[in-house]
Amino acid sequence: MTATGEQLDQTQVQLSHDEIRRYSRHLILPEIGLEGQKRLKAASVLLIGAGGLGSPLGVYLAAAGVGRIGLVDYDVVDESNLQRQIIHGTKDVGRPKLDSAADRIADINPFIQIDKYHEPLNSENALSILGDYDVIIDGTDNFPTRYLVNDACVILGKPNVYGSIFRFEGQVSVFYAKEGPCYRCLFPAPPPPGLVPSCADGGVLGVLPGTIGTLQATEAIKLITGAGEPLIGRLLLYDAAAMTFDTITLRKNPACPVCGPQPTITALIDYEEFCGVPAHDHSTYQEGGALVRAITVEEVKARLDAGDGLLILDVREPVEWQISTIEGTLRIPKAEVVNHLEQLPRDCDIVVCCKTGVRSADVIRQLQGQGYARLYNMAGGINAWARRIDPSLPVY
Amino acid sequence: MASIKIPTPLRQYTGGQAEVTISGRTVGEGLHDLVRQYPALGPHIYEDGVRRGFVNVFLGSEDIRFLQDEDTPLAPDSKLRIVPAIAGG
Ligand SMILES: [Zn+2]
Repeated sequence: MTATGEQLDQTQVQLSHDEIRRYSRHLILPEIGLEGQKRLKAASVLLIGAGGLGSPLGVYLAAAGVGRIGLVDYDVVDESNLQRQIIHGTKDVGRPKLDSAADRIADINPFIQIDKYHEPLNSENALSILGDYDVIIDGTDNFPTRYLVNDACVILGKPNVYGSIFRFEGQVSVFYAKEGPCYRCLFPAPPPPGLVPSCADGGVLGVLPGTIGTLQATEAIKLITGAGEPLIGRLLLYDAAAMTFDTITLRKNPACPVCGPQPTITALIDYEEFCGVPAHDHSTYQEGGALVRAITVEEVKARLDAGDGLLILDVREPVEWQISTIEGTLRIPKAEVVNHLEQLPRDCDIVVCCKTGVRSADVIRQLQGQGYARLYNMAGGINAWARRIDPSLPVY
Repeated sequence: MASIKIPTPLRQYTGGQAEVTISGRTVGEGLHDLVRQYPALGPHIYEDGVRRGFVNVFLGSEDIRFLQDEDTPLAPDSKLRIVPAIAGG
């Protein structure tokens, strides 16, 4: 079975002598051969995200000779990306990821075309961007964009090569509604905001996206060439700590709201509203519900200096306390806070802080649910404190 | 005894345990035994007694929603797992 390979018209493409030398190890592989390599050249693949997963994807798909590669990313290269985003180098810090990735890809393989989309993917632009590609690869880092990519692929009838990572854990599948289940068949509803931290807040093993992104690249090449059995209807679960790969069976959910026989979602929706979280840090999405009041690090410092009775609650994990701390803070990891309410006075102002202000906002919502009122979220977290108040502390 | 694999995002509620031994004649009884051992997990698996939509429970390689859901019999050597929604990239 092949998802897209047979639809690609490879009769129009020819390989030059230079290309034949370059791809010789593919050409002598019976499963690929000249026909498969022409299919790769005729194919177009869209990579959504040029980060951890996008790095090995871009490198290997370019090396394999995929004729046209589209890249979607709005971000710039940050030093903290280099631990895993191997398509970028130290010299690229501060450059748009698209430019850095495109340079690397062009160096690997000058025979292919690169299309750049320097914008966050959203419900307005997704169908027109995705519509121009044969295979879509989801390498994003947030739930709203994952539901968006899924729904757009179902609506357009495209295969979605899915991969995601968290700490030591990874998942891979091919969601292709024409031939099997979609992402929503497995995850009809997103997890509540705050349960699954982002890699920026929860950490990720640097080599993990290398493993998962490479598996996604393998699946994309199989879809294009028709080689092997694609991962449609199966979810591969990788645990790098236990070093286990397990495959579980996915089935089409007859009640799926997007790929089922009676779909209720037939056009793209507001995915930030659906997931209750912003899709990216350029987003203007504001979560509904109780207000979380912010306080700047400068205000916190001034109130501490004035001897103001202020409690700072640091809700990061113990490993993070070893990197940086503010003197005199009460330290309780986020998941433990509700078990230690006796340590939290209700008659004084409490400033909750974490690394950047995301987890602390979750804790404030939890404490509001326990009747606490005098709560402030330290904007920018301890990294803002390190940048603006105490430069002796590292930013991480 | 049957066992259940706990995904990374939920291990903060099992004291870091990646696998927990559970008892029960059905998947539902096993899940309730898990919650009895780790009460902080409760609200992340059930809401008003109903299993939450993002909690996917698999027995071996099969989704319990396509078996007999929580009435699926549990054998002494059954391996359950919760498949988490993760989104990092
Ligand atoms: Zn579906």
